[in-house]
Amino acid sequence: MMMLTGRALRTAATAAMLAGLGAPVMADELFYVSGAVGNAVENFKELVKPWEEATGHTVTLVPMPASTTDQFGQYRLWLAAGAADIDLYQTDVIWAPQLADHFVDLTEVAKDLAPTHFPSIIESQTVNGKLVALPIFTDAPALYYRTDLLEKYGKTPPKTWAELAETAKFIQDAERAEGQADLWGFVWQGNAYEGLTCNALEWVKSFGGGQIVEPDGTISVNNENAAAALEMAKSWVGTISPDGVLAYQEEEARGVWQTGNAVFMRNWPYAYGLGNGDDSAVKGKFGVTTLPVGKEGDTSAATLGGWNVAVSKYSTKQDAAISLALYLAGPEAQKQRAINESNLPTIISLYDDPDIAAAQPIIPQWKDVFLNAVPRPSAPTLGKYNEVSAKFWSAVHNTLSGNGSAAENLELLELELSDIKGSGW
Amino acid sequence: MASELSLSRQRQRAAFWFLAPMLAALFCVAAWPLIRTIWFSLTDTTLSDLYGGEWIGFDNYLSLRVLESGRWVWRGTLVDPAWWNAVWNTVRFAFVSVFFETILGLIVALVLNAEFKGRGFVRAAILIPWAIPTIVSAKMWAWMLNDQFGIINDILLGLGLIDQKIAWTASTDTAMTAVLIVDIWKTTPFMALLILAGLQMVPRDIYEAARLDGVNPVKVFFKITLPLIRPALAVAIIFRMLDALRIFDLVYVLTPNSAATKTMSVISRENMIDFDKFAYGAAQSTLLFAIIAVFVSLYIWLGKVDLSGEGQR
Repeated sequence: MMMLTGRALRTAATAAMLAGLGAPVMADELFYVSGAVGNAVENFKELVKPWEEATGHTVTLVPMPASTTDQFGQYRLWLAAGAADIDLYQTDVIWAPQLADHFVDLTEVAKDLAPTHFPSIIESQTVNGKLVALPIFTDAPALYYRTDLLEKYGKTPPKTWAELAETAKFIQDAERAEGQADLWGFVWQGNAYEGLTCNALEWVKSFGGGQIVEPDGTISVNNENAAAALEMAKSWVGTISPDGVLAYQEEEARGVWQTGNAVFMRNWPYAYGLGNGDDSAVKGKFGVTTLPVGKEGDTSAATLGGWNVAVSKYSTKQDAAISLALYLAGPEAQKQRAINESNLPTIISLYDDPDIAAAQPIIPQWKDVFLNAVPRPSAPTLGKYNEVSAKFWSAVHNTLSGNGSAAENLELLELELSDIKGSGW
Repeated sequence: MASELSLSRQRQRAAFWFLAPMLAALFCVAAWPLIRTIWFSLTDTTLSDLYGGEWIGFDNYLSLRVLESGRWVWRGTLVDPAWWNAVWNTVRFAFVSVFFETILGLIVALVLNAEFKGRGFVRAAILIPWAIPTIVSAKMWAWMLNDQFGIINDILLGLGLIDQKIAWTASTDTAMTAVLIVDIWKTTPFMALLILAGLQMVPRDIYEAARLDGVNPVKVFFKITLPLIRPALAVAIIFRMLDALRIFDLVYVLTPNSAATKTMSVISRENMIDFDKFAYGAAQSTLLFAIIAVFVSLYIWLGKVDLSGEGQR
C-alpha cells in the first residue's frame, strides 16, 4: 500500500512539475494530505489558487479516507517512517499531543496570526509550549431538522432527546402511512469509530454523565446518567433510526438526509452548505439548532471538533510549507472556506463578517455553540487517547447492538480504562 | 567413481549458486522481517521511537503484576480477551470460507472441465472476481450491501424474501456473513482454477473404461476423480488456508472496528498503529505466525500431503 501510494505521489509530482513549467524558478511542489469529506477536494484547488499565484509554488492535495481513525493510522505510519513525501498534514483537533514530535514548531512564525484566533483552540494545539498545528476551521455538530415536515405536522424543533424521539416517531409513522416507506426519524453516526465517541459523548454529557475522563484524569464514565443516556440511544436503533445506523459515518448519514429520507440528523456544519446545494433534495427545507438536552434545564452538549494544518518535520520544503500553513489558517482562506464549505472559522472577527453571514447564516449563529463545546478527553489521556476512545466506542457500539446492557458495558469499560491508565495517563 | 562424485558435487555447487539470489531475496523479504518482528515483540518499542525499544522479555505475551492492593493480575496478549476473540473470528472465518470455496470451486472446475462451446471464454470470465483488487471489490460490495442504498437489499425486498432492509455490515449477527459472502465470491475462482489444473491431469481413458463398465457417475466422481485430484486439492486448500488465516484487507474495508469480524491481522495492526503499542502488536503478529505454522504443519502431517512433488507418478 505504501508502495502504491509512493508511486501515485511521484506521478502526481511529475504532473505538478509539468504544470509548473513557466512559473518562477525555485518554485516548490508541495503535497498536502487531508481526509476527503463532502466537496473539500474540489474546493481545495480554488482555495489555494491565490496563494499559488502570489508565491509561485504549487500544491497538490492527497485525498485520504473520510474516517479520521483511518487517516490517523496512515499518518502515524508515514511520520514514524520519516516520510518526506508529504509536506503538510491536516490534523484533527485531538491529535496534537500524539503527533507533536513530528511537526515543526509554529509559535514563532505565527506570532502575529495566532492571537487573532480563539485562544482555546490555539491552546488545544499547543503541546509543552510548542504550537504543533494552526487551526483552519473548527467544528461543533448541529441538529438538522426538516422545516417542511415539522410544519406539516405542527411540531417544533425538539429541546430534549425524549421530545426528539417522540416527534421523529410521529412524523415517521405518519409519512410512512402516506407511502414514504424509506423515511427515517433520526440519523447519526453509529459506526464503531471516532465519530461514535463524539456522538456518545454528547448523549452522556447532556444527561449529566460527565465526559468519560475528566480534565483531572479521573475515569468518570461508569455512572447511572451515562448508562441512561446509552439506553436511550439504544432505543432509537430500529425504531426511529435504521439498523444500519450502526455502520454510518458522517457521509452515510448525510446520504440518507440529503436524499430527503430523514426528519432529523446529527452532523457537523459542513452538511449545511451541501444540503443547500442544487443537487440536494432538502434544499431550503431544513433548519439547524443545538443538540437536545437530557431533561429541561440541562445544557446542550456539542463535541468540539475541528481541523488544523501542521508542517512535517521531515519535509524538505519547509519554508514554502510554512507559508502555505499560514495562508490556510489566515483570514482570507478561512473566509473562503466558510462561504464555500460552511466550515466554522477560528478567527474571531470572521463571525461578524457580513459576507459569511449572508452566504451561510448558520455560522454567526454557531459561535456560542462551539464556545461551549465539550472537548474529548484527549488532553488528560495524552498518548493513550486513541485507545481510550476505541474502548469507549466499542462499549457504546456493543450496547447499541444489544451485546450487554449499558450498565454492564460501562462497568467493564471502567475496568478497561483503569487498566490502560495504570499508575497514570 | 571419483569423477562421478565430483560431477555430482559440481552440480550441487552450481545449483547453490543459481539458488543464491533467491535465497538472499527470501532472507531480505521474509526471514529478516520475521526475525525483526519477533525481536520487537520482546521489547517495549513504540511507533514514535522505533529504535529506542528496550528488552522486556515475554511481558508482551504474559506477565504477572502485583497491584498495590496486593491483588495479582495477569497481563499480556495471552490473557487479552480481545485477542482470543480475534483468534476465534479468524479461525471460524478460515474454516467456513475455505470449506465453501472448496465445494463451490470443485463444482465450477467440474463444469469447466466438460467440453462445451465457448469454454475458453467462460474460463476467462470466471476469473474476474479474483482479478479485481480486494480493496476495490470490498468497497464495491460495501456499497452493494449498504442498508439504505444497497442493491442487495433492493433485490431481496423486490423478491419479497425480506420485509425490512438488512443492515448487513452493521449488525453483529450478519457482519461475519457479509465478509464470508464477499470472500467466497472472490476466491472461488482461484480454487476452481487450481482444481481444474488437477482435473486436466486425470487420464481420459480411465473414464472411458468406467463408462464401458457401466459405473454410475457419482461413483466415478468419488472413486476416480476425487482420489486422483487429491494432491492438487490438498495444495489448493493449504494455499487458501494460509491466505484466510491472515485475512486483513477485506475485513478492514468492509467492517472495520467491528468486534464480530475483527481478525488477528486487524487487531495486530490496530495495536501497532492506532494505539501506539508497537511491541504488543508485534507479539500478536508473532503469535499469528505461530498459529499459521501450527495449522499448516498439522494439515500436512494429518493429510500426508506431498509438497515435494516426488511421491506419486
